[in-house]
Amino acid sequence: MEYEVVIGLEVHVQLKTKTKAFCGCSTEFGRPPNSNVCPVCLGFPGSLPVLNKKALEFAIKVGLALNCKIQKYIRFDRKNYFYPDLPKNYQISQYNLPVAQDGFLDIELEEGIKKRIGIKRVHLEEDAGKLIHLEDFSLVDFNRAGIPLLEIVSLPQINSPQEAHEYLITLKEILRYLEVSDCDMEKGSLRCDANISLKKKKDLKLGTKVELKNMNSFKAVKDALSYEVERQSKLLYSNKTLIQETRLWDPKEVKTVSMRTKEEAQDYRYFPEPDLVPFILEETDIEKIKASLPELPDSKKQRLMERYGLSFKQAKFIASEKGLADYFENCLNFYPQPKIVYNWLSGPLMAEMNERKQNIEDLKVSPEQLCGLIKLVEENKISNLKAKEVLKKMFDTGKSYTEIIQSESVAQISDTEKLKEILDEVLKQNTKSVQDYRSGKTNALMFLVGQVMKKTNKNADPQLVQRLLKQLLDNLKEEAE
Amino acid sequence: MELNRLSARELLKLLDEGSIKIDDVVLALKERINRIDHRINAYVRKEKDLSLSAHQSGLLQGLPIAVKDNICTEGLNTECCSRILEGFIPPYDATVIKKLKENGASIFPLKTNMDEFAFGSSCENSCFGPSHNPWNQEYVCGGSSGGSAAAVAADEAIFALGTDTGGSIRQPASFCGVVGLKPTYGRVSRFGLIAFASSLDVIGPITKDVYDCALLLNIICGYDPYDSTSVNIEVTDFTKGLSQDIKGLKIALPKEYFIEGVDKEVKEAIRDAIEVFKKLGASFQEVSLPHTEYAVAVYYIVATAEASSNLARFDGVQYGLRIRPKEQKESALLDMYKKTRGKGFGQEAKRRIILGTFALAHGYYEAYYLRAQKVRTLIKEDFDNVFKEFDCILTPTSPTPAFKIGEKIKDPLKMYLSDIFTISANLAGIPAISIPCGFTKKGLPIGLQLLAKPFREDILLRVAYNYEQNTVWHKMKPKL
Repeated sequence: MEYEVVIGLEVHVQLKTKTKAFCGCSTEFGRPPNSNVCPVCLGFPGSLPVLNKKALEFAIKVGLALNCKIQKYIRFDRKNYFYPDLPKNYQISQYNLPVAQDGFLDIELEEGIKKRIGIKRVHLEEDAGKLIHLEDFSLVDFNRAGIPLLEIVSLPQINSPQEAHEYLITLKEILRYLEVSDCDMEKGSLRCDANISLKKKKDLKLGTKVELKNMNSFKAVKDALSYEVERQSKLLYSNKTLIQETRLWDPKEVKTVSMRTKEEAQDYRYFPEPDLVPFILEETDIEKIKASLPELPDSKKQRLMERYGLSFKQAKFIASEKGLADYFENCLNFYPQPKIVYNWLSGPLMAEMNERKQNIEDLKVSPEQLCGLIKLVEENKISNLKAKEVLKKMFDTGKSYTEIIQSESVAQISDTEKLKEILDEVLKQNTKSVQDYRSGKTNALMFLVGQVMKKTNKNADPQLVQRLLKQLLDNLKEEAE
Repeated sequence: MELNRLSARELLKLLDEGSIKIDDVVLALKERINRIDHRINAYVRKEKDLSLSAHQSGLLQGLPIAVKDNICTEGLNTECCSRILEGFIPPYDATVIKKLKENGASIFPLKTNMDEFAFGSSCENSCFGPSHNPWNQEYVCGGSSGGSAAAVAADEAIFALGTDTGGSIRQPASFCGVVGLKPTYGRVSRFGLIAFASSLDVIGPITKDVYDCALLLNIICGYDPYDSTSVNIEVTDFTKGLSQDIKGLKIALPKEYFIEGVDKEVKEAIRDAIEVFKKLGASFQEVSLPHTEYAVAVYYIVATAEASSNLARFDGVQYGLRIRPKEQKESALLDMYKKTRGKGFGQEAKRRIILGTFALAHGYYEAYYLRAQKVRTLIKEDFDNVFKEFDCILTPTSPTPAFKIGEKIKDPLKMYLSDIFTISANLAGIPAISIPCGFTKKGLPIGLQLLAKPFREDILLRVAYNYEQNTVWHKMKPKL
């Protein structure tokens, strides 16, 4: 009997507004504990929340990008539960009127094969603080408390850990395109819980659901889900019953462990937040936000393929980050050769950025600069190898390629006469290799090319050197015969 | 001259003339408090240093104002007369306090007594013990703003701030024979008011006469960007137009407020008051507010539900009382919550938290909270209908004059009914004022209540002022 995997994902993303959701405190990450706080986000007696309109705007953006219906009557609810990281012991959230609902997200695992995953709801709420547990006591940092948080809940329409992984990547791409969140799981600005159950293919009813928590990367989500598929199917095949529970992913042990069962579920006693008056959105407000949406990754990918002839994989790579796609298209203004620009972007540029853990946003090398360098290579003015070195120096020093090249006089020696002098010298110094070549050992040619490159400080065009060398050697050969 | 006996208006005149200094006023108040407050207990934490240096500047010339213990005052203990907030000193001023300071008021360093978290109608639920009625110390002063009302009535304060969630300004004002105004919901910022029921709470003045009430409202009202529920509406000078006559004014008498169970002497006082108004040219007509009978039930669901959530933050983690568990067990956190809240909250607070928690529980929410909110809308519509034809409504403030201390404390239901005539104004969000309108044979004050449509405090104040100018009740002083 075959089982079908049913997964639903619950993603929390911190919105990168300048200030918190209901007060004027900064949302800056990494400040000393309890420095981004005020009576409001500390839940001090008498303090009152005031909605940050930017957070609502960001939430609507996400709702629109996920093809949702937008709620025009914006209301908040209190979710009541006791926990020391929650200053008021209730969280301002949205219960039955989420800001957006009934949308979808298309994922594309392979070219042309799209799958639509339903988005159940998107709602706005406030983040809690952070507990730091020490040996026999705990400390709490409220810097995070009150940061606007968006909860994005998918329908249970994801059918494999791979699909879940792709869903997360696609969602992250969209959120980053919208510039509403950093989506950095390490910093906790994106968190993901998963619901997973197995059911017989023919069954309509879903199987017993397990909620998975504590996954700190997209890979962890995939691994935890894969583990659960294994665990649950083993139990089902051996006719054991599953229990509805919450399980934690343990990345060290590479397994999930039970945290609590359904019986311990809490009653959150939701009711409308009386401290915030309902907010009525006008159709024009929504239209305005809609008009401000950027081109989203999926359509960008399509356009890159159609307009520039990029392959699916290439387009997917370029479209994965808005900044990268902007950079790419910007480059084409200076050097209209999409494939060549793509190769430079995905190769040397990425390598340099990765080495420095830089984002495309931090990139100091302008498209104009990069393209100038590419042009020199394409016009055989400098070697590919040398260009990569120049690029590295551009990263290191922030100088322009012309400055670097001039200061090191690395301009490629393409003057044939000048090159020939060097070639003659090399041939004289390496008579053994010359003989080897003559006796048919063609490898010797590459050795000689290397020697020339060394002498020219890699400033010669290796292809030209090879061609000239071959000519010279072949002439010598003929002369001898 | 005993300066503490004067109204703010009278004192401001003397201060402006230069015939007295603000220090004289402060001194008179301190002496009065030292002499009589052990009998009244209007103020709490009296062991604290009473030093107050008032600066004679601004509109209020440094006049000290008494503030209820649930309104945040920077650097001054604000404990809601609850053990759970023991030692809590707010790091900020409530918006009303800020406004008062900007207008030259001095914040009196002692806060006034109240029922714990404003839960009560007699001031007996204070962790500092009850306040006593200045007119007869065996009687309650009303609640929850009992300390503020008693302080003003006993000339231990010039004027005071109270808060009103279901009658907590008006009922003690009527019991103590002073003026108390509950402004329209949204008229005065709640920022810095430690919430009981967020959708009902309002801060308002308790004063010796109607003019002072208007003066204080002028200062504390207005839109506050820090309170989303405050309303951005043009503010007029409420002291202007007070003396304009009330000829042709139409006043409604809701039959649901003139029922059996209303004290005979209260009825008579109201009847006499109606005659005064008639002489001043107002006309009366009986009307019906058909959903009145549900008000108490609706109130105790909505108010307790909100309170149960508002009071959740008092858990021993950040401020106030914390009782550490004896052992470091796995349940240490839960033990701290339980012990802190168990010791920190009084009986009535616990009762209301439990009631409210129940009303919001899964499966009961629709039957209680949601239904109560729907009835609340009906109650508001009752008022809307009456105000289509009438300028204001007149009722007794409370069905009875002050009752004896201890008389109702064991019977919460009886106590809850003490607010029967004041609760509806909070549910509807409309303004209401209580003014003195007589005394019982035993010498206890009686109050009448006037209600108007939202943001028409000007009507209430004008009607009340006209009445006051033609009666002497507000001039009567208790013998202390």
